[in-house]
Amino acid sequence: MTQTIDQGRRTFIKASAAVGGGLLIGFYLPAASRLAEAAESPAPLRPNAWIRVGEDGKITVIVDKSEMGQGVMTALPMLVAEEMDAAWNQVRVETAPAAKAYINPLLGMQATGGSSSVRGSWEPLRKAGAAAREMLVAAAAQTWGVKADACRVANGEVSHPASGRRLGYGELTARAATLPVPNEVFLKDPQEFKLIGKPVPRLDTPQKVNGSAVFGLDVKVPGMLTATVVRCPVFGGKAASFDPKQAKRIRGVRHVLQIASGVAVVADGFWAAQQGAKALQVRWDEGAHAGLSSAGIRDKFATLAQRPGAVARSAGDAARALQGAARKIEAVYEVPYLAHATMEPMNCTAHVRKNGCEVWVPTQAQGRVQQTVAQVTGLPAESVTVHTTFLGGGFGRRFEQDFVAEAAQISKALGVPVKAVWTREDDMQHDFYRPATYNALSAGLDEKGLPVAWSHRIVGPSIMSRVFPNMVKNGIDPTSVEGAANLPYAIPNLQVEYTMHDPGVPVGFWRSVGSSQNAFITECFLDELAAAGGKDPFHLRRELLHAAPRHKAVLELAAAKAGWGKPLPKGLYRGIAVHESFTSFVAQVAEVSVSGEGEVKVHRVVCAVDCGMVVNPDTVRAQMESAIVYGLTAALKGEITVMGGRVQQSNFNDYPMLRMDEMPRVEVYIRPGADTPGGVGEPGTPPIAPAVANAIFAATGKRIRRLPIRAEDLKA
Amino acid sequence: MISLTVNGKQEQVAASPDTPLLWVLRDILGLTGTKFGCGIAACGACTVHLDGEPIRSCVTPVSAAAGRSVTTIEGLSGDSGHPLQQAWIAEQVPQCGYCQSGQIMAAAGLLAKNPAPSDADIDAAMSGIICRCGTYQRVRDAIHRAVKAKRGEV
Repeated sequence: MTQTIDQGRRTFIKASAAVGGGLLIGFYLPAASRLAEAAESPAPLRPNAWIRVGEDGKITVIVDKSEMGQGVMTALPMLVAEEMDAAWNQVRVETAPAAKAYINPLLGMQATGGSSSVRGSWEPLRKAGAAAREMLVAAAAQTWGVKADACRVANGEVSHPASGRRLGYGELTARAATLPVPNEVFLKDPQEFKLIGKPVPRLDTPQKVNGSAVFGLDVKVPGMLTATVVRCPVFGGKAASFDPKQAKRIRGVRHVLQIASGVAVVADGFWAAQQGAKALQVRWDEGAHAGLSSAGIRDKFATLAQRPGAVARSAGDAARALQGAARKIEAVYEVPYLAHATMEPMNCTAHVRKNGCEVWVPTQAQGRVQQTVAQVTGLPAESVTVHTTFLGGGFGRRFEQDFVAEAAQISKALGVPVKAVWTREDDMQHDFYRPATYNALSAGLDEKGLPVAWSHRIVGPSIMSRVFPNMVKNGIDPTSVEGAANLPYAIPNLQVEYTMHDPGVPVGFWRSVGSSQNAFITECFLDELAAAGGKDPFHLRRELLHAAPRHKAVLELAAAKAGWGKPLPKGLYRGIAVHESFTSFVAQVAEVSVSGEGEVKVHRVVCAVDCGMVVNPDTVRAQMESAIVYGLTAALKGEITVMGGRVQQSNFNDYPMLRMDEMPRVEVYIRPGADTPGGVGEPGTPPIAPAVANAIFAATGKRIRRLPIRAEDLKA
Repeated sequence: MISLTVNGKQEQVAASPDTPLLWVLRDILGLTGTKFGCGIAACGACTVHLDGEPIRSCVTPVSAAAGRSVTTIEGLSGDSGHPLQQAWIAEQVPQCGYCQSGQIMAAAGLLAKNPAPSDADIDAAMSGIICRCGTYQRVRDAIHRAVKAKRGEV
């Protein structure tokens, strides 16, 4: 992890003539790194944004976050254009290269994740836009010999109302580029916003409806070969030996070579490479995990759950309160490993040369791409040029670097540009999975049916131990307990523990990370407490959220819009859940039916979200719809199982996805907020599984305590 | 050499007959709008039209397209002017966008046969196309919108 944080206290903005004329502004603005905060070091000063204004008046915003569907390629330019008072139809976007200037202030590296794009760019990008506007105004004032405050700006034009003169931004760039850059800028009062808060159409839509959008798999470089890699099916296994003869007989196959992750078959195109890979004969050394199975993993988790774990949160005395409670409730909740299954399989194109390397890659982490290629090639990281393509889905998977390392290794060995392409099977069986966890919960109710004690013990593997070990403190991986340790309910005695155990299945960030499982566990268990105490699940939550106003407000909004408590058509039942993640608050009510065969159908989902100030409300809606489908797919279908150290699922036939005919009607209600923007890409995922599971309880009286939801558990 | 018509243009391709049409389109003809998602006809990202019928190009050998006419997303309209493309923009359907060529080609196949599909018709025609971003609701709304646009109702 890049923890070398620049301690300099410079606040400087540099301006220079851009290539091809115009005004180029690079910013160095203060921004605190999450890691720096953790270390209690002073906030470093970080470059954040680039703006280019052409002499034609066109404004190019360089977007330093990866567009993977979440709408950053529109939301981030909106921030700049708002403060610049730019005409929106003059705004263009470019993706940023890998450079220190683009380090994400919330992640401490150039990366897109943790629903941090708008959160992290909210201030720096608006400051960037405001400074550009001030320079353009100053240039106009100078041209006319008037005071800057006698000028007005709107729609990419500066005017001087007293004299009726006007100049477009393009006409002002030459002079503006010679002016000093303001050290301080005024930002608009949100009430003055013209663009922020409006449902602006996405800038990337037109190219996504005619096939012209370029994803990683679509990259074409002259002289490029295509590679597929045959990997050991067992986690941690290696190729002991291989025979390339059969593979090389396939027409179009050029090379067969061993790399760190397996054996690469390199051909003129993908089909030949894949045929070669199928023909390749490899003898595997299966390594230490050849005996690993899902049943064995579960048994180990269950054993570990018998003893105390590291304490993630402790309030009052949960053990004592449990003993003294009028009623005690216990339950075990389990969630499986999950694959990301982005629609675009993993891929990377690399061209390693003597003095540098060019990489074309759908990545969520450009800085890590540079480091990975540098490690593989011995080249300096700065000599690695990263071209970020569109990402055919990310969900955390494209933060990883395995596919980058492969492309770099093969290109280095062959000296030509190489596109390394994963098949769906590769993608499914060599993922960094959402962790499986085992959860032992117990709670105590008083004689009025109110919870007085809550104890939650989590056992499972740790993502951070591999990715950012420095983030693991005192046995706690913050991602393992997020959404559990910060339980929002007013329960006086509370204990949340975590026992780390890594069975050998690689784990990684998966949309909403720890909240993806902990919301299910905590919101279902709370529902159990409501039922045990004879309380309505909505009313009990409301009562226990008196000190959590934003949770409470979205809960009430969702309940009101869903008509909570009002009669439903026969056979339909409601469940509710609320969860905070990435500083946004989401509540959902699911309307569900369960057939006699135990088949669950979700008919309607009402979603209420408070993500603070909204930049693009249509994107917020789209992300809620998206996150609900992602979470619902996992709840109804998602499970990666392991046998003999290998993943048993291989493709969409045995790792099924939610499809059109199973899509519920989703209604999204945005609670207007004045708070700083929260995350939007992930927070819609956590509440859907518990909302559905709680509705199933309402329908059947049966509790879902392990995912995915299984028809055989629900048969009448 | 196998000859076929792609987007109205006669093409001669040097590929073994068992090569899936998908890889001929993408790797030989450079038409990358058609996507690879699964390779087993389970996700629909590779949907193109063969003589007007939606097919999964990842499992269709190029030999099956010999002498026939293939339409890809690039050839659906010259200018994104197809009512579905316009409806897709109006409803702001795409997120990551990777599956959308397949979604639009499947929907175009549906509308060619059924100019006013019901929700059940849409389910039947579109459930073969997976979208991991979960744009299904907007896909449905966009199909309905395209139908209305054709009738001059929007």
